[in-house]
Amino acid sequence: MSAQPDPTGHFTAQGINFGGRFVPEALIAALDELDAAYRKAFSDPVFLGEFERLQREYAGLPSMLYDARRLSATVGRRILLKREDLNHTGAHKIRNVLGQALLTKHMGKPRIIAETGAGQHGVASATAAALFDLECTVYMGAEDTRRQALNVARMRMLGAEVVPVTTGSQTLKDAMNEALRDWVSSVDRTHYLIGSAGGPHPFPAMVRDFVRGISVEARQQCLDQVGRLPDAVAACVGGGSNAIGAFHAFIPDESVALYGFEAGGDGVETGRHAATLTAGSLGVLHGARTYVLQDADGQTIESHSISAGLDYPAVGPEHAFLRDTGRAHYEAVTDAEAMAAMRLLTRTEGIIPAIESAHAVAGALRIAPSLPEDAVIVVCLSGRGDKDMDTAATWFGLYDETGDSGEQA
Amino acid sequence: MSVTPTLEKTRAAGHAALVGYLPAGFPTVATATAAARAMVEAGADIVEIGFPYSDPVMDGPVIQRAAERALAGGLRAADVLRTVEGVAETGAPVLVMTYWNPVLRYGVDAFARDLAAAGGAGLITPDLIPDEGEDWLAASDAHGLDRVFLVAPSSSEERIASTVAATRGFVYAQSVMGVTGAREHTSSAAPDLVTRTRRATELPIGVGLGVRSGAQAAEVAGYADAVIVGSALVKCLLDAGDEKEGIAAVRALTAELAEGAHAGARPTR
Repeated sequence: MSAQPDPTGHFTAQGINFGGRFVPEALIAALDELDAAYRKAFSDPVFLGEFERLQREYAGLPSMLYDARRLSATVGRRILLKREDLNHTGAHKIRNVLGQALLTKHMGKPRIIAETGAGQHGVASATAAALFDLECTVYMGAEDTRRQALNVARMRMLGAEVVPVTTGSQTLKDAMNEALRDWVSSVDRTHYLIGSAGGPHPFPAMVRDFVRGISVEARQQCLDQVGRLPDAVAACVGGGSNAIGAFHAFIPDESVALYGFEAGGDGVETGRHAATLTAGSLGVLHGARTYVLQDADGQTIESHSISAGLDYPAVGPEHAFLRDTGRAHYEAVTDAEAMAAMRLLTRTEGIIPAIESAHAVAGALRIAPSLPEDAVIVVCLSGRGDKDMDTAATWFGLYDETGDSGEQA
Repeated sequence: MSVTPTLEKTRAAGHAALVGYLPAGFPTVATATAAARAMVEAGADIVEIGFPYSDPVMDGPVIQRAAERALAGGLRAADVLRTVEGVAETGAPVLVMTYWNPVLRYGVDAFARDLAAAGGAGLITPDLIPDEGEDWLAASDAHGLDRVFLVAPSSSEERIASTVAATRGFVYAQSVMGVTGAREHTSSAAPDLVTRTRRATELPIGVGLGVRSGAQAAEVAGYADAVIVGSALVKCLLDAGDEKEGIAAVRALTAELAEGAHAGARPTR
């Protein structure tokens, strides 16, 4: 099966063209320019050399593949953690922003804009902007700027302008709407640094190519450390960038099962979730045809998750493609399951994962019994949990002043 | 009913047509319908009814607010079609301006069928380019509907050529790189875009984004076949104390815009 889209960005499965370009004509010229620049960059040894150097010297890559023995002993299957949480800025996202910022320089544009939910992609973008001397504007839902004041301060410290978005539901999808409005007005001198594997072509394929180092590294590391390929790879899926990065090099390896775990929120049956591939329907959002949470009239339904990074009502089109071809499996993990996994990993390994990544850990725990006893599972630990301590402290009752000693999970 | 006879008539009369936009369901389905009918009575040649959408990336704050309120009021797809029907009774051609997902969800052919049955003229699709519109091209042919695609200042000659080749009714020239909303000055990029588009097609060309006054309408009518006004009309309803006042304001602004559009010199070809 093909893991490349056609030249206009369509991933075709069962007669459905996922992806494409559902954007105003005004943006087509910029997308064509970006597509040309991205294709050229990936065949340019100078660009690739610079990207490799930045990943190694600046971001701390390749990330380790860590044999999580205590967690494995608890689970009964061997679990290897791809330690993206140890990257500079604390998540896999640095791979994508370094790639796109370098590309922005190559295109001669002096400014980047970005959308962010909890602020991780915003911080990563602001970091790259500082490094590459680019102007940077980050759009963030007004509600999120209040909840994530520390990340707002980090972005401003790095020199970025943070714009609170007060329209719509004031969350990630509205931040993305506002970034698109900025872009259509400023496209001459601005690159829109999309933070996930969604958006119009070439973004899904391009972002994937910038983050696919996760699986390229993990595949080789697993061969070196274990002597064979893993039986399964698990990753969390919001927009889907870390998951597509963790899957991509394994797609031709048919013996490797690929599992994506979406945010099940309060439970898919409650309607309060972000499980697009599990409970969404075919539609168009933010430039791509994919699965979307929508009502009977095609209006977007707000998603819900304890994890801001997974709280998005659509998903990158290549995941829709992988689901419909059957190559990857997608399941929902609830807030409660993810928080229990977060605590388990923390207590067995001394690693506090991002709540996003805890969804992947929870998923691995779920699939483990269905795999042979000697199975090896690679889990993409996409980010670290520092940013989530307030949520975790509230969930587990870790603050003294709450007077709540009871633990929910 | 296509917009073509109307645009032939205004062209023969030596002036531009006025295209007025209002979203369905704002402030209510009935008032939006009444306001759109008032636009026709006050001189609008063609009406655009907006299909409010949760994620309107091409719209500025005015149309966003109106759409949000229409959706909060419970607007459904059937209400949009009912609005079209109510306005089409005036005899003016009615286009629906819609983001693509609501049409996709309804079913492209089903929406085309029901729009035609409601007396609608066709669709303006701000986030659907012809390259992605295979099913819409087929449905609009099957149901005899206009399909208005957009060209922008950033469009290459090749893109303009392929876009106008798929267009029926008129070509929508987006006058500025930006979102909808009234602007102080008309665009300097628009005349150039219209000139480039005319080289590629005989179709009438409408210019939209940013027109808010009769004087601006007259200026645009100097080089375009149709003057498209949205946000300034929506603002009449947003700012009004009550619905009656809002409709009166829409009527007054439409009359001013129509005078400007109809006074403009005939576009030279």
